[in-house]
Amino acid sequence: MRLGTRKLIDRGMTALGIGSIVLLAAALLVFLAPIVVRGLGAFVFRGTIEYRQLTLEKFGRGDVDAVEAEQAEAVEARRPVYEMLSAYKKELADGHESLDEAKKQFRADRKEMRRHEGLADQQRADAQAELDRREAELDRRGEQLAKHEASLVELEELIRELLGPEPGQSVPVLWRDQYGQTRWDRAQVKLDQILNVETWVDQDDPDQPRVRVLVPRADAFEGTTLAPLFPYIENNAEAMLLPRLTFYWRFLTDTSFDAHFFGGIWPEILGTIYLTLGAMLFAVPMGVVAAIYLVEYAREGFLVRVLRTFINTLAGVPSIVFGLFGLAFFISTMHVSPSKSVLAGSMTLAMLILPMVIRASEEAIRAVPATYKEAALSLGASKWWAVLTVILPAALPGVLTGIVISMGRAAGETAPIIFTAAVSVGKPLWPWEALSQPTPALPWNIYNLATEHEAVDEIRHVQYGMVLTLVLLVLLLNAAAIVMRARISKKLRA
Amino acid sequence: MTENTLHIPARKTTLPDRKPAPAAPSRVHVRAEEFSVFYGQNEAVRKVSFEIPAGQVTAIIGPSGCGKSTFLRAINRMNDLIPGCRAAGKLLLDENDVFGPRIDVTALRRRVGMVFQKPNPFPKSVFDNVAYGPRIHGVRGRTRLMDVVQRSLRKAALWDEVKDRLPQNALGLSGGQQQRLCIARAIAVDPEILLMDEPTSALDPQATSRIEDLIGELRGNYTVIAVTHNMQQAARISDFTAFFYEGDLIDFGPTTQLFTNPREKRTEDYITGRFG
Ligand SMILES: Nc1ncnc2c1ncn2[C@@H]1O[C@H](COP(=O)(O)OP(=O)(O)O)[C@@H](O)[C@H]1O
Ligand SMILES: [Mg+2]
Repeated sequence: MRLGTRKLIDRGMTALGIGSIVLLAAALLVFLAPIVVRGLGAFVFRGTIEYRQLTLEKFGRGDVDAVEAEQAEAVEARRPVYEMLSAYKKELADGHESLDEAKKQFRADRKEMRRHEGLADQQRADAQAELDRREAELDRRGEQLAKHEASLVELEELIRELLGPEPGQSVPVLWRDQYGQTRWDRAQVKLDQILNVETWVDQDDPDQPRVRVLVPRADAFEGTTLAPLFPYIENNAEAMLLPRLTFYWRFLTDTSFDAHFFGGIWPEILGTIYLTLGAMLFAVPMGVVAAIYLVEYAREGFLVRVLRTFINTLAGVPSIVFGLFGLAFFISTMHVSPSKSVLAGSMTLAMLILPMVIRASEEAIRAVPATYKEAALSLGASKWWAVLTVILPAALPGVLTGIVISMGRAAGETAPIIFTAAVSVGKPLWPWEALSQPTPALPWNIYNLATEHEAVDEIRHVQYGMVLTLVLLVLLLNAAAIVMRARISKKLRA
Repeated sequence: MTENTLHIPARKTTLPDRKPAPAAPSRVHVRAEEFSVFYGQNEAVRKVSFEIPAGQVTAIIGPSGCGKSTFLRAINRMNDLIPGCRAAGKLLLDENDVFGPRIDVTALRRRVGMVFQKPNPFPKSVFDNVAYGPRIHGVRGRTRLMDVVQRSLRKAALWDEVKDRLPQNALGLSGGQQQRLCIARAIAVDPEILLMDEPTSALDPQATSRIEDLIGELRGNYTVIAVTHNMQQAARISDFTAFFYEGDLIDFGPTTQLFTNPREKRTEDYITGRFG
């Protein structure tokens, strides 16, 4: 090959290598950036006075005087809203009254007319037409009133969601009903719903999807005393909610309340830690011992070939199958716990990562120079002593790397714990409770919040906070593996 | 330079700067009787019979693949590690059959230390390397271990170089130092026999000569059996030499005699560099 060609190929390869690294980094960035940005939203956001009030009342955190001062300010700003609402209610009540009056009049007139029997046909017909017209008019007014009342109910509900229950009303049961929007971003969504009614209309072509149309809610209240409410809310939202930049680092260490509407994700984090460590507790000793057996003791033969096939097959089994297996075997057959528990989940996860641990350990043990073993044996060491004192320590970086990577795997798995360990809401457990009780866990709760939660949209930030936490947890584990590996390798290589 | 001077020291090797052998104890230490080693069907060592005297340095020479290592590794049963490897005939250590049914391999290896071709210290501290054997054999306590370590390192002529770096990783030492550390490690369990399989083939000339000097110093206290590729080295360090060829023992005798006046034609051909 000519030198020029070779150089060209060399350069091409280098460019290809650098290109693929850049691509990988870009992909990682594209993938990670939204997670980080949206996940941070759980920790850093613009919290409203409702948030500060909740934090003070439920968690006992915050400056009482400052919150009370802010609250007074907010109440002042909200007063016109409630005044306008009650004025409008009064208007509706008046409307009802006058309608009732008119109806009474109408009935009286109708009776009257029926009594006049001597009227000419022509007159009779005219009077009847007049009555019909009046009846229709009354019906229309009644419908109008009912419509306004329905709109008012909807509006009041939305306002309650935005600002919390009106002062002086009875306190609802759920925390989420006791307070208005605690986050400014969610408050703006609610504000939008107040100002605009969203409807979906068919297009002319029935094959086309329907289009979203926003109609100002104010249109429905055209010409009533409530009409000025909408511009008022729009212009005074900030004054009513007082958004401030808020840091909520305790998101990591608070337990959750009211189905993740409030509080943090500590039960999930703790559950993930329990499950992961538990899985390690079972998988590491078993995996390392199995690897030692396969490398150092097993004679290549039928049995070992079968064993290897088992291990490789195990590595390829879909994780949901492990979940079902865990339920069927550990819980239903072995009865390690009455129902779902951290213990059963750990065992199931251990099954899942066992092949990884075995393979990584096997590789690491095989990579230890045979001369180490020879040296140990030549000094009179027994085989197991040589394994324990020379081979395993030399294989440690590889073994540890395998262990930590499988820890990351165990931490992030959802399917195996669905049937064996995970629940959507729970308190943080003590280690001894983990033996018999189920736990929330990050991967499962991310899934749960994304799909099954009653108010998926309301608490997206919690879901993303969990995702970010899980990603960071796994990254942290991998970083720890790299550092650990480097340090031990350095020690081994002088 | 003629080929002759390249391959052999001189026809009449008197081995100039070598210390005279200590009063030769005539005890036989290792005796092979019709001893063979097989790898599966391949007979790598074929019915060799000779006696290795105690307290002397015996060199085993021969071309590559002639069974030197195989024979050496039979003496401390390192061949046990190789599947399909078995021995036949007799190999006696102080009249006890090395392959006998009642032999304790661990105890045997304690009596028969080994130094390998490539220096293979453990990836542990210098101290832990030397203390590894003694710890197996029940020596406990820092001071007692320190004692053994120091004594062994002195015997291996390494103490002065490493006394300040005992806690450091042994892999940081130079190749020659590592090999002497391996010798110290072997010595530390107080063996009677030291097997050395081409102990200098991975070292530079200076380190080689230090190891050779060291072997000279070990003479008398240990029975040294050293495989070497290098005939000058065999001539320099050994009292007796065994010449293996294709699994057969061709010649065995005092080194001076073997090199100056070989009985066998093939020995002469080999040491004069006609093949090998
Ligand atoms: N592990 C082994 N398995 C099978 N045959 C081997 C093995 N080691 C060595 N042999 C064979 O035994 C013969 C002697 O080898 P060896 O003792 O290593 O020679 P030397 O050390 O003299 O160079 C050679 O033919 C070699 O191919
Ligand atoms: Mg060899």
